[in-house]
Amino acid sequence: MLKIEHISKTFYPGTVNEKKALDHLSLTMEDGDFATIIGSNGAGKSTLFNAIAGSFFTDTGYIELDGEDITFIPEHVRSRYIGRLFQDPLMGTAPHMTIEENLAVAYLRASDTRHHLFGRVSRKDREMFREQLALLDMGLEDRMNHPVGLLSGGQRQALTLLMATMVTPKLLLLDEHTAALDPATAAKVLELTKDIVKERHITCLMVTHNMNQALELGNRTLMMNTGTIVLDVKGTEREGMTVQDLLDRFAVGSGKEFNNDRILLSTKEDI
Amino acid sequence: MTAFLTAGIVRTALEVGLIYALVALSLFISYSILNICDLSTDGCYTLGCAVGAMLTIAGHPFLAVLAAMAAGVCSGYVTALLQTKFGVESILAGIIVNTGLYTINLAVMGFSSNVSIFGKDTLFSLFESLSGAPFWHDWNKTVFLVLMILLVCFLIRWFLGTTLGLSIRATGDSPAMVRASSINPAFTVTVGLCVSNALTGLAGCLIGQYNKTCDINLGTGMVTVALASLVIGESLFGRGRMLTRIFGVIIGSCLYRFVISLALRLNVPTETFKLVSALIVAIAIAAPKARQILKLKHQEISSRKERRLYREGAKHAED
Repeated sequence: MLKIEHISKTFYPGTVNEKKALDHLSLTMEDGDFATIIGSNGAGKSTLFNAIAGSFFTDTGYIELDGEDITFIPEHVRSRYIGRLFQDPLMGTAPHMTIEENLAVAYLRASDTRHHLFGRVSRKDREMFREQLALLDMGLEDRMNHPVGLLSGGQRQALTLLMATMVTPKLLLLDEHTAALDPATAAKVLELTKDIVKERHITCLMVTHNMNQALELGNRTLMMNTGTIVLDVKGTEREGMTVQDLLDRFAVGSGKEFNNDRILLSTKEDI
Repeated sequence: MTAFLTAGIVRTALEVGLIYALVALSLFISYSILNICDLSTDGCYTLGCAVGAMLTIAGHPFLAVLAAMAAGVCSGYVTALLQTKFGVESILAGIIVNTGLYTINLAVMGFSSNVSIFGKDTLFSLFESLSGAPFWHDWNKTVFLVLMILLVCFLIRWFLGTTLGLSIRATGDSPAMVRASSINPAFTVTVGLCVSNALTGLAGCLIGQYNKTCDINLGTGMVTVALASLVIGESLFGRGRMLTRIFGVIIGSCLYRFVISLALRLNVPTETFKLVSALIVAIAIAAPKARQILKLKHQEISSRKERRLYREGAKHAED
């Protein structure tokens, strides 16, 4: 369970560039909740993810994950139980290292690294990597010794997804992770995401700019504006909702029209 | 032609090349693997030599090696601490440590700029005394250094294959990935720089025992020389498998020494060597970009020519 209470973050306080990125934001996610997040540019979606992942410490409020207060836990410690995917497929993997080596680095989370500094990839690990890669259905299991830099963006993103979930995380943060892929690959990576999240019962937050996706994926839709959550729909209310309803509710919630062209244009697309 | 290159010259080039290869390997770890430009190499090399020389004089040639490596680790730790904990730019951190080391090196050498270890037992003299054969008399240093380098190579390769080594490689290769995958970059950078500087210290100690002397200005320009070796090795052997890359660096270093020996035989003044190594590094690193610019220029000229021909053709058609 993720519990966020009144977190705020102001960048460059006291200067002309002062920017209130998060404004007393509170959010509680039950175990296995899969929420999609939409919002205009600068609404604070990525900042929220950075706050949860620990890229910076918040000015106020606290963050709890499974009952443990992680507000001031450093990023690399949090990443043991928080998986993360970025929009840029190049960010999640090391290009000059092989697929196997990348997986081995991701697998470090499974063990207490302090005691296994000089461990190596065992035959058992390798077998496990192979099995997991085979699930992606991209033929990567036969290319374990190839550098990741040779893979396509979609393959790299699928691999990153595998790396983020190989050791089941308590929380998975997806920051528009299919936005930079071509439609067919995006659909494939999304399908994989859905399967993995459902099968492992992972609590998941996903930023998207696709309104249909926002309503169809997961069990909850959040809308952000000026650093806070202005709309939170789930259950039966969400089931009957159309994209237009969502836009209307946003206008009520934030007191202004939705102003993200990318989102508005994407409403006509299918998932 | 009484042998332009005598066996002795080749042997010396090989031996010095092998010792310098340790510094090149040190930069291989910091520059190629960790993607950090560690400019404390010059001072750390002298530090290794000074610490090694003092202990050798005191009659502990084996302990000298360990102490020189430990001194390197300390120097690397300070460089790492400055950049990971206190946010000093990595290049600046190296320069600061390098400057500070000058005084420390002088202090280690008892505030004299030159110490001699003639007549003392060194690793080389002890190894030489193992056999009295004439072949052994000529080649014992080479054999010793080859064995030493092979050991270091396999240790480095083993190390880079451990989970810690993989984390260090990932830190240099993809900082974003590292942040998302439970590796503490401050820790991996620190370990990486400590290992790298331990190798520099080892090289310093060996060159001291090899030359039987230590000079405060020994390390000046070392970082460029080592980078030259590294660049030669990487451009000849590419960025393929780890073991190939490591051996590439060593061969690059030996080749560099051969070029220097050739230049010496051709009576090129030694004063020019620093400039030559600077040029090698600058050219080798700038080459890909320069090739790109030339290609673009070529494309531009040929496209202009084509357009002119086309225009002339059109004019002729009008006439």
